[in-house]
Amino acid sequence: MSIDLKQFHQTFFDESFEGLDIMEANLLDLEAGSTDKDIINTIFRAAHSIKGGSGTFGFSEVAAFTHLLETLLDEMRDNKRKVDQESIDCLLQSVDCVRSMLNATRDGGDIHDQVVTENENRLIAILGKNNSNSTVDPEQETVELTQVNTSISTGWDIRFKPLASMLRTGNDPLPMFSVLSELGELSVTVDSSGLPNFDDLHPENCYLSWSLRLIGDVAKEQIYEVFEWVEDECDLDIVPIESGSEKDGTKVPDALVSSAGEDCTKDGAGAQSIKKTDVGQVKKTATSEVTSIRVGIDKVDDIINLVGELVITQSMLGQIGSEIDDDRECDNRRTERLREGLAQLERNTRELQESVMRVRMLPISFIFSRFPRMVHDLAKKMGKDIKLVITGEQTELDKTIMEKIGDPLVHLVRNSIDHGIEKPDERIAAGKPGTGTVYLDASHQGGNIVVEIRDDGKGLDCDRILSKAIERGLVNEDESISEEKIYDLIFQPGFSTAEALSDVSGRGVGMDVVRRNIRDLGGNVEIKSEQGKGTRMLIRLPLTLAILDGQLVSVGEETYIVPLTSIIESLQIKIAQVNTIAGQAQVYLLREDYIPIIHLSDIFSIPKEKLSIDGGLMVVVEGEGQKAGLIVDDLLAQQQVVIKSLETNYKPVNGLSGATILGDGTVALILDIAGLIRCAKLMDTSLLRSQRIADHAGEAQQGSGQEIIIANMNKEIPDEHDTIH
Amino acid sequence: MSTTQSIEAAPEIIGMDTSADSSQYLTFILSDEEYGVDILRVQEIKGWDTVTLIPNTPGYIKGVINLRGTIVPIIDLRLRFNLDSVNYSPLTVVIVLKIVSEDDERVMGIVVDGVSDVYNVSEDQMKPPPDFGNVVNVDYVKGLATVDEKMIIVLDIDHLLTSSVLESIDKASC
Repeated sequence: MSIDLKQFHQTFFDESFEGLDIMEANLLDLEAGSTDKDIINTIFRAAHSIKGGSGTFGFSEVAAFTHLLETLLDEMRDNKRKVDQESIDCLLQSVDCVRSMLNATRDGGDIHDQVVTENENRLIAILGKNNSNSTVDPEQETVELTQVNTSISTGWDIRFKPLASMLRTGNDPLPMFSVLSELGELSVTVDSSGLPNFDDLHPENCYLSWSLRLIGDVAKEQIYEVFEWVEDECDLDIVPIESGSEKDGTKVPDALVSSAGEDCTKDGAGAQSIKKTDVGQVKKTATSEVTSIRVGIDKVDDIINLVGELVITQSMLGQIGSEIDDDRECDNRRTERLREGLAQLERNTRELQESVMRVRMLPISFIFSRFPRMVHDLAKKMGKDIKLVITGEQTELDKTIMEKIGDPLVHLVRNSIDHGIEKPDERIAAGKPGTGTVYLDASHQGGNIVVEIRDDGKGLDCDRILSKAIERGLVNEDESISEEKIYDLIFQPGFSTAEALSDVSGRGVGMDVVRRNIRDLGGNVEIKSEQGKGTRMLIRLPLTLAILDGQLVSVGEETYIVPLTSIIESLQIKIAQVNTIAGQAQVYLLREDYIPIIHLSDIFSIPKEKLSIDGGLMVVVEGEGQKAGLIVDDLLAQQQVVIKSLETNYKPVNGLSGATILGDGTVALILDIAGLIRCAKLMDTSLLRSQRIADHAGEAQQGSGQEIIIANMNKEIPDEHDTIH
Repeated sequence: MSTTQSIEAAPEIIGMDTSADSSQYLTFILSDEEYGVDILRVQEIKGWDTVTLIPNTPGYIKGVINLRGTIVPIIDLRLRFNLDSVNYSPLTVVIVLKIVSEDDERVMGIVVDGVSDVYNVSEDQMKPPPDFGNVVNVDYVKGLATVDEKMIIVLDIDHLLTSSVLESIDKASC
């Protein structure tokens, strides 16, 4: 029987990459000289599963490489080797190596990379070197061992002396100890001094007593609970481990455990429960992992689409339901019941939609988790001492946004490290602690996610930016501009104040891209800075890209959706406030501000119903920092709409950001305000005028169609020349 | 769904052989001419329904419809071929097609006068279109096939519809 292993490959890769992330995160937590067994164990387990998996699927190179990793970790785990910075760095690089090997395996590339071989050699070198080292100073290990014990403060000393009759009531100490061992790290010492001579031994009597030490964050009640059934049949004494007595006591349990193991062979309770300690912990981590399942994103999207359909069907039914109510008064009881049912359907669909949308939401830690490593590497490379503080990593946001915000964030954090934080000596000279700090924070504010990147570095140098801007001709020399505007300059394409180019940053590409990416997501970025104190960057993002709060407006026969976030206000036009410029462009005087008027009907070539705009409705909107007034015929409902792409089956259209499906099943287009304002600017100058000329000339539609073809051909010819040269 | 099934059953009814080198074509009528498209590209056939206009597009792009949650553009082939437009009635038919271009797959609908038949057309039945010079643009014609003494114009729908969408950029950009 042969099983096609290929079907499991994807799962293997997914799990392995996850394992690598775990390894990476824990390696970063691991400090030189640390003996934290939990961390090393976690790393080891991850490496072990990757090795096992790659062996099973026949990726022998990966298996061989991870085997080296595993050996190194195993030695660390068994205290045969000290955890030093060199091995941590090497392990981190090996994680990268395994990652690229797995990538290459998956994509069918060549995994015999030079880097891999180098890393392999380094691992082997470390393995060879440190082995001898560790045998030289075994004393240091015992010291470390005791440190492990002293470092844990919470725990209980339990003295358990059952009455001789306890076993007869069907109580067995062994299961109780195993329950205890699941609560924390348990060491058991048996006191067999009560054992009589074999001739006097009654097989049903209990002659043993135990002293147990339970280390871990356990409540006293939990321990009592274990002994609940035998409370009346034993002497039980539970006392917290005292810090004072601990110092004397530390070495005792270890010694006793080993002797207990030998002594207890009679009933095996001690020895077995010690073993249980490990089992219990493994079980615990296992159960916490099973609470999530791995589902392909396409399946989730399918569900979201279907739920979207359901919402539309539901609102269609709701509409029909309300119509029935209106025009037929007979059979009131039935319509009443129908209406109740429809109301319930509405509630349920809304809840269903909300929970389905939540499936797509992931904690932002998915992105944040890559930063510790990056900061670690960059700081080292630049000889800076940097601490990264991450908060709010549980804040959830849509997966699509998550994917797109990663790179801009990396860029901003890199900027903070490169330009923001000074070298340690500079910092100390400025009276600041030598270690710089970069803060990363995420939080919900209203309907937005706010990501903050803050550093305590030198801040933005206003004068430098300004002089650079003047040099580049972005600003006039005698122009006085606000601080805010100055900070805004760094978002200009190609702008950089870095003295020297580094491979990290300073090329001036980036900040404009950062801002564009964030704006594409419907967010914005804000900079606050204080010279000498640090810089603070705030990124505001919408919670999700799939749903939008919209204002429905009608223009002629068409219905459009204006995103609520871009609406400032809606008002009735007073003709006295309308002025024209050069007889064509109209502006509206709104509280001492002249804002351009955009006729949606002109831009979208919709036949106008009313010629005068006096008394009409205007929606004041803002896009990319520019205000404009949209002339609409009517304001309709406000509602949440599910955004559908026009590009999937068509192509992007200027001035539109997408489409949605309304309650009656028809399609409505969603306006892209920033794009619309850009459109209007172009319209005013060229298209509107040419249209007028065309109207006057009275050209037929087919004639103009031919013109377009000619224009196309003209365009193509120079293109061809370009390719030839 | 029922439409698609009846189409699939069609060859048996007509009693034509389905040899390996022939493919099936769905034909439709456009101003008394019969056009064919590869039947494997046909997703469904539906009646004309109201569309939402997309601003600043050429006249042959009628707009978009909601096809079970996806936004699908509708192209009027009569207008695309510069034929006279006719008023739409409930009998006007929209053929929803899968269009494959270099980078991706799209779903689009074409408005036609009516669906005609399904034919098996073998490779050697298909003749390359003659060159008409500037009179008729035959770029979008894959070939001409004669079935039952009728001529069927087999369309290269991928080329036709992709270019329809791309060409409209010029007019749509404002």
